[in-house]
Amino acid sequence: MMDFELTDEQRLIRDTAHDFAERELRPRAAERDRTGQFPVEELRALAKLGLLGVNVPEPLGGAAAGAIAYALAMQEIARADASVSVAMAVTNMVAEVIVRFGTEPQAREHVPRLTSGESLAGAFALSEPQAGSDPAAMATTAKRTPSGWRIDGAKQWITSGDHAGLFVVWAKTDPATGARGISAFLVKGNTSGLSCGRREHKMGLNGSSTVPLRFDGCEVGEEALLGGLGQGFKIALAALDGGRIGIASQALGVGRAALEATRTYVKERHQFGRPLAANQAVQFRLADVATELEAARLLTLRAAWRKEQGMPFTREASMAKLYASEATGRACDAAVQLHGGYGYTREYPVERLLRDARVQRIYEGTSEIQRLVIARELLSSERGGGT
Amino acid sequence: MKILVTLKRVPDPEQKVKFKGDAIDFTGVNWVPNQFDEYAVEAALRLTENASAGGAGGAVRDGEVVVVSIGPKEVAQQLRAALAMGADRAILIDGDDGALDAEMVARTLVKLVEQEKPDLLLMGKLAADSENNQVGQLAAGYLHWPQATFAATIQAAEDGKALDVGREVDSGVEIKRVTLPAVVTVDLRIIAPQAIKNGKTAPDHAYPEGPRYASLKGIMAAKKKPITETALATLGIAPSLRVKTTAVTAPPARKAGVKVASVEELVAKLHNEAKVL
Repeated sequence: MMDFELTDEQRLIRDTAHDFAERELRPRAAERDRTGQFPVEELRALAKLGLLGVNVPEPLGGAAAGAIAYALAMQEIARADASVSVAMAVTNMVAEVIVRFGTEPQAREHVPRLTSGESLAGAFALSEPQAGSDPAAMATTAKRTPSGWRIDGAKQWITSGDHAGLFVVWAKTDPATGARGISAFLVKGNTSGLSCGRREHKMGLNGSSTVPLRFDGCEVGEEALLGGLGQGFKIALAALDGGRIGIASQALGVGRAALEATRTYVKERHQFGRPLAANQAVQFRLADVATELEAARLLTLRAAWRKEQGMPFTREASMAKLYASEATGRACDAAVQLHGGYGYTREYPVERLLRDARVQRIYEGTSEIQRLVIARELLSSERGGGT
Repeated sequence: MKILVTLKRVPDPEQKVKFKGDAIDFTGVNWVPNQFDEYAVEAALRLTENASAGGAGGAVRDGEVVVVSIGPKEVAQQLRAALAMGADRAILIDGDDGALDAEMVARTLVKLVEQEKPDLLLMGKLAADSENNQVGQLAAGYLHWPQATFAATIQAAEDGKALDVGREVDSGVEIKRVTLPAVVTVDLRIIAPQAIKNGKTAPDHAYPEGPRYASLKGIMAAKKKPITETALATLGIAPSLRVKTTAVTAPPARKAGVKVASVEELVAKLHNEAKVL
């Protein structure tokens, strides 16, 4: 079956995200980048529109609109402000992971708060100072207590960590057994023993906050365990598969913003008595950027389609994330180059886009980790190199 | 209150108009809802809900909003968008814009009003494509209903049997009371945060400016809302045009301007050539 048409619902969701982003996000994106203000009101507005639970069942406050609609909406939000889109991506991911792996009481307790904006944002506490690409090396532990678990340790690079109402926290419940000894826990933001450090000073995404977390005898109940003892690693990998479609979409949004800004600029800017766009060197660069972004779009929507169909999509999600983030990196670099000196200033948006895009090749698994995932699937799975 | 709202699709006003021979070329045109009609949909939703009740689950609806469009099958897209905003159902009348004029559209609406029996026919003041600004007035005339055009504010009377419609006129704001059923056409200020007071929503309630975004929940719910398809002939409308388009020509291309070297030269040109000083 080959059908590239969106459904009416997908088109309307894209339009809603687009109109909202144009009117409510884009005008203040540069200001948030400058001041580092966390987008509290913006997240509440996203919740009201249903964008914090795009692919979550309706009884839990979601829209049950599917993975393709999510990918389209994420693109539109990121196109206007990548910082807002990161908090949106993680919140959707946390909600989806609870729906998939949580018990019904856990889902009823936590998911409606995420989708309604009551929790403001969800956070994903996997990485540690000494365990990034290798999460199995984590040192955070969760030890049995009479009434539940006590979590001790430190987490690193936690998006929205200083504002999140709910965290998924990974910890070793059996330190002797590596990846199989990891479990996941649902921890509310105000739990005593959980504290966050100062915000990282980042290159970009300044409207989103990234903090380290500390767990000092953080006690949670029996009901905090998500998806069974020792299931943590599996849950993390599954969540990251979906998350990668989100980051691929986010990259596409930023890449499109860079292309659109540059398209406008090269038609306006005159040198040597004609617009920049009249030069083939400029045209060819733009054509390459547009082609790569289109390829990235197809990879991303196909990964989302497979997810929506209930088919395996690990490989496709990694390919989409790898290619979209790298294509957008090239698109933003071309955008700055074609803007010349102005592209290096904050007078034009491409400088921010270049900084915002850089991390897309790093978080949710670096480009190198994506290649590992793709190669592992290629060499070991029955699907091999085919589709 | 039951409200019938008209919604026309028009070529995106932001797009450049292309000509083919002596007609407008619609190939590759991006069709969008007429902005004033979108405002009318928003106004209809505000008139038929209690926005102060219902909490986070959304406003409590109180009344029915039926959206109608005359056009090709593709207009279903624009109708679906209105349903996603919150309208209850839609009617699509098959018709070709080129074979219609304002008078025929008005007669069609009259037939539909006779079938649907709404308390209010609510319309945008004009469509951005032809800027006729005639259909609402004609329909009111044929229906023998009171009309208030260019509504900037609407306040429902306490007994719910009339509307006080504020119209911005040269000398200030004129308030017209129309008893229902009536025809009202809306102007751009109708989407201001407090332009509409329906007697149910708290009087100090402030809406966000502009037509509401369709929420994802609204979009998914719209999937299940009916769009009834009908045709001009089914409504008993025979084609007969009072207005015939004889020619369409593009405005003359703008001539290039001139650059002046100094203020003195500019003043001299304004005085001697443009003769405006």
